[in-house]
Amino acid sequence: MGGYGLYVWGSFGCGLAVLVWNVVAPKLARRELLRQMTETE
Amino acid sequence: MASWTWFHRLASPPSFFRLADRLAPWFGLLAAALLAYGWIDGLFFAPEDYQQKDAYRIIYVHVPAAALSLSLYMGMAVAAFVALVWRMKLAEAAIIAIAPVGASFTALALVTGMLWGKPMWGAYWVWDARLTSELVLLFLYFGVIGLWQAFEDPRAAARACALLAIVGVINVPIVKYSVDWWNSLHQGSTILKMGKPSITAAMAWPLFASLIGAYLLSGYVILRRLQNELLLRERGTAWVRELLGASRV
Repeated sequence: MGGYGLYVWGSFGCGLAVLVWNVVAPKLARRELLRQMTETE
Repeated sequence: MASWTWFHRLASPPSFFRLADRLAPWFGLLAAALLAYGWIDGLFFAPEDYQQKDAYRIIYVHVPAAALSLSLYMGMAVAAFVALVWRMKLAEAAIIAIAPVGASFTALALVTGMLWGKPMWGAYWVWDARLTSELVLLFLYFGVIGLWQAFEDPRAAARACALLAIVGVINVPIVKYSVDWWNSLHQGSTILKMGKPSITAAMAWPLFASLIGAYLLSGYVILRRLQNELLLRERGTAWVRELLGASRV
């Protein structure tokens, strides 16, 4: 990356982290929500 | 009148929930394909920039994130307007479904901007109009999320958040046009220039793919968040019980 590796890989790393968080967070929330709802049923 | 019935049906929580179930996987799949292509091509195969060398590759993360930070805010503001005027439940849920996604992409735009600014401008941060207004955008998203959490009643929360979201719209054109209105370190728009884009095709294709991929991904995430919000709000109703009984969720 011609000496810019830290900045370029850092950016893509942060990008990937944000994508993963976006996908995983609602999945975990859904699981928790369903657990709570079936407990109170 | 009859022409509006489809709209009311669509906006009713159970039918929207089912529609989201059908749409979300396609959004997710297409997003994954486009982002994978855009980022791999952008990182390894697109030619080096003659001025910025490899550092320009940050564009493939930065531009989609920044574009989404504004688009999602506009989407949230439209939902807020609909929620205020028509008291539509789906629009109320959309405000809080969009806010965290928008905040995450705004933060990403800021962080990647800093990582791009350091090697190109010599500083991670300058108090320039573009950077400052983007930071204000992040605080507006945080404001909506915080306000939402401060209320017990989701309908009251939605109304308060809607007001804040609508007032904050004033910041959107400031972010967008700051590079034209004021002297800025930030470069002007590359791809959306009228007439001739100042970027070569080999660089532009992965950029378009990353952009569309990121939009589709946020579509996927917002559909899933909306579903969660609807389940929470409508718990105890017949359609949610039915879903739980069939364990289809």
